[in-house]
Amino acid sequence: MKILVAVKRVIDYNVQIRVKADGSGVETENVKMSMNPPDENAVEEALRVKESGKANEVVIVSIGEEKSKETIRTALAMGADRGIFVKSNSNIEPICVAKALKKIVDTEKPDLVFMGKQAIDDDCNQTGQMLSALLGWSQGTFASKIELNENEISITREIDEGLEMLKLKLPSIITCDLRLNEPRYASLPNIMKAKKKPIQDLNIEDLEVDTAPRINFLKVEEPPKREKGIMVNSIEELVSKLKNEAKVI
Amino acid sequence: MQVYKAPIKDYQFLIKDFLNSGSLDSVFENSDLNIDDLSMILEEAAKLCEETLLPINQIGDMEGCSFNQGNVKTPKGFKEAYKKFVENGWQGLTVSKKYGGQQLPYFVNMFLDEMISSSNMSFGLYPGLTSNAIDAIEKSASEEIKNLYLPKLSTGEWSGTMNLTEPQCGTDLGLSKTIAHPQKDGSYKISGTKIFITCGEHDMSENIIHLVLAKTPNAPEGIKGISLFIVPKIIPNSDGSLGKKNSLECGSIEKKMGINASPTCVMHYNEARGWLVGDLHKGMKAMFVMMNGARLMVGVQGLGIAEIAYQSSLHYANERLQGRALNGSKHLDKVADPIIVHPEIRKNLLKVKTLTEGLRGLMVWTGLQVDIANLEKDKFKKQRAEDWVALMTPILKSFSTDVGCEAANIGVQIYGGHGYIKDHGMEQLLRDSRIAPIYEGTNGIQALDLVGRKMPMHTGRLLKSFFHEVKDYLEKNSFNYNLKEYIPHLTKSFGRLQQVTTFLASKGLSNPDEAAGASVDYLKMFSLVAIGYIWTRYAEISYNKLNDDPENFYKAKIASGNYYMTKILPETGSLMASILSGAKYYNDYENKYFDLAFKI
Repeated sequence: MKILVAVKRVIDYNVQIRVKADGSGVETENVKMSMNPPDENAVEEALRVKESGKANEVVIVSIGEEKSKETIRTALAMGADRGIFVKSNSNIEPICVAKALKKIVDTEKPDLVFMGKQAIDDDCNQTGQMLSALLGWSQGTFASKIELNENEISITREIDEGLEMLKLKLPSIITCDLRLNEPRYASLPNIMKAKKKPIQDLNIEDLEVDTAPRINFLKVEEPPKREKGIMVNSIEELVSKLKNEAKVI
Repeated sequence: MQVYKAPIKDYQFLIKDFLNSGSLDSVFENSDLNIDDLSMILEEAAKLCEETLLPINQIGDMEGCSFNQGNVKTPKGFKEAYKKFVENGWQGLTVSKKYGGQQLPYFVNMFLDEMISSSNMSFGLYPGLTSNAIDAIEKSASEEIKNLYLPKLSTGEWSGTMNLTEPQCGTDLGLSKTIAHPQKDGSYKISGTKIFITCGEHDMSENIIHLVLAKTPNAPEGIKGISLFIVPKIIPNSDGSLGKKNSLECGSIEKKMGINASPTCVMHYNEARGWLVGDLHKGMKAMFVMMNGARLMVGVQGLGIAEIAYQSSLHYANERLQGRALNGSKHLDKVADPIIVHPEIRKNLLKVKTLTEGLRGLMVWTGLQVDIANLEKDKFKKQRAEDWVALMTPILKSFSTDVGCEAANIGVQIYGGHGYIKDHGMEQLLRDSRIAPIYEGTNGIQALDLVGRKMPMHTGRLLKSFFHEVKDYLEKNSFNYNLKEYIPHLTKSFGRLQQVTTFLASKGLSNPDEAAGASVDYLKMFSLVAIGYIWTRYAEISYNKLNDDPENFYKAKIASGNYYMTKILPETGSLMASILSGAKYYNDYENKYFDLAFKI
């Protein structure tokens, strides 16, 4: 069995995001970048499946600028077998990512695709679902527990009502929740080994995917600064202010 | 609150800008590693330190180790953290590939050790002692011993210890009473009691390998009769599997001021089986091969403590609102200004920051010289690197550990009452840091090593490795316009150091007591000048990077250096005055005067 894991390079979750002065986006120059946290869970889960003997290869794919290769290298240092890097200098939307991933899936023919449930930069939460539709494969999103059997996979997913258990037929797309597992650190010997693992280089153009944006991007700005609060003297005053000034009730 | 993030950007600066100006390439020549790989290695190590070791630092201090009938239980979380540490392969960082290590350069280990010491100094002693044992075995033991022990030590499955001290012998190891009786099969039976044995017994590894100094019967008197033995807690079979328990045990553990999560053990050897490491009666030599590395690593502990003390102090200085800035309020929107607006707080922060960053450069530069000394084929370059390391070892061990204590002390002061109570962990840093000027040769002994041994060695050749380098540097840069705020200060202090060195060299011959009395001041003076030289080089690098400095990193380096050169380095003046005033007033002081005030 082969597992393909899609990972994205994003601004590290510890970094305080700064908006660019011209409103064209957020500052990424000289900002610490890391693997999208739920993607780390996806890599970890794939490695665990492999270690349990149920899979024999874990392939990492990432789409983005040249430095995304470092993110692939991180996954290889965690223990994955090889990487596929698709170079794209412009920021592409989830539908294009899903289409590019479909092309990769067509050639790689994995039995499972793992990825994070969403990326912490744009929070789109779309790529996995779109890829499932494009491939006509089953999908299990927000997985917090996975059990893999012969030709099916059982997942537990968190939904508003509580926990939902699903059984999916393979091949399948699984998007992972942070609760799924605790990602390992890359060990020193694995970091050294990762240097020798192959990463295939592709260009987004090679995949013949239409990357033209569907969304008209206007500008990025910081949320308004919170204003100083006031003390009210009575419940009546509070209700009146909520009604007349804030107009929320 | 103990606050710590690994100073990765400073490490990258040191590797890419500072060390790279030296012979970094020659160190990487024979390895499949390049400079960029180091970032990933250090970032992974940083995660482990920040997320696993830091959270158990205060728990370890409060809970401490417990002793029950020869067994030592480590505090909550330590076993799990150790498991993670060794599973991730960090124990084998510098160990040769032949024994399962990664054989990375020595200076890389200094960054790792600093991060560990910052986040959990007590924890660091377990792998630290194992590293020392590996070092001693790798350099002195027979192939048979190496093949049996090193693979398990380099994975951390087994841990190591160093057994030197006995109740009646500390600094003077010649007084050792531990005896080793030779057996027909070539092994020895070791009997005696050793004290202050760091991590002598614990529950984290399946076997503990003790390296023990002892004398054989009829061995020469004093340190010339000392031999080194390897004495395992459980005797391994020839295939490395665990065999019979050896007849040794932990008698008790000490109650200490700090580093409470690391057990300091009394070890009883009762005809325990041991094997000779290195040659008979050459135990001190084998020990010293290891000890120089161990001394540098204790220096790194001082650096590590200084860094976390600084970060924790800075956090509080920005958060604690008290009073208003004297030149007018800075934060009218708040009930008071944060205490970082106050001059004394700023000066204390800058003192610790500039000493720490300067020392870090001197430390890793020396670490790089260790690598060059190991790898260099050119005889002259090799010797120069060895001389530098031998000279700087007592300086780095002493001054770094003093700076560690000073930084922790300042940390408590910045927190005020909140530093004195236990909640914020600042007093722990102070207690933990206090051992470093004591162990691996007290700082007083280090100063004697500098003045009594290193200074006259090879008729001053070691000193030349530093003095010539600085002299050449000053000549080359005397008209460097960028360094106009650096060179004059460095020149002045360097001149003072030269003057005092000549004074002590002549005094040392006629009156050793005089040179010894001045040694601690001299070591401090030497340290300050060496760090001043490092800051000048930082500034030189930084000025050339100012047009590509989006984060103001280099601008900040220059500003920090300005503080050091004008506020810290001038201390060389008072130290010189004190040294030149001679030994008269303490050497001639009558012993009976000491207790006149209270003697009945």
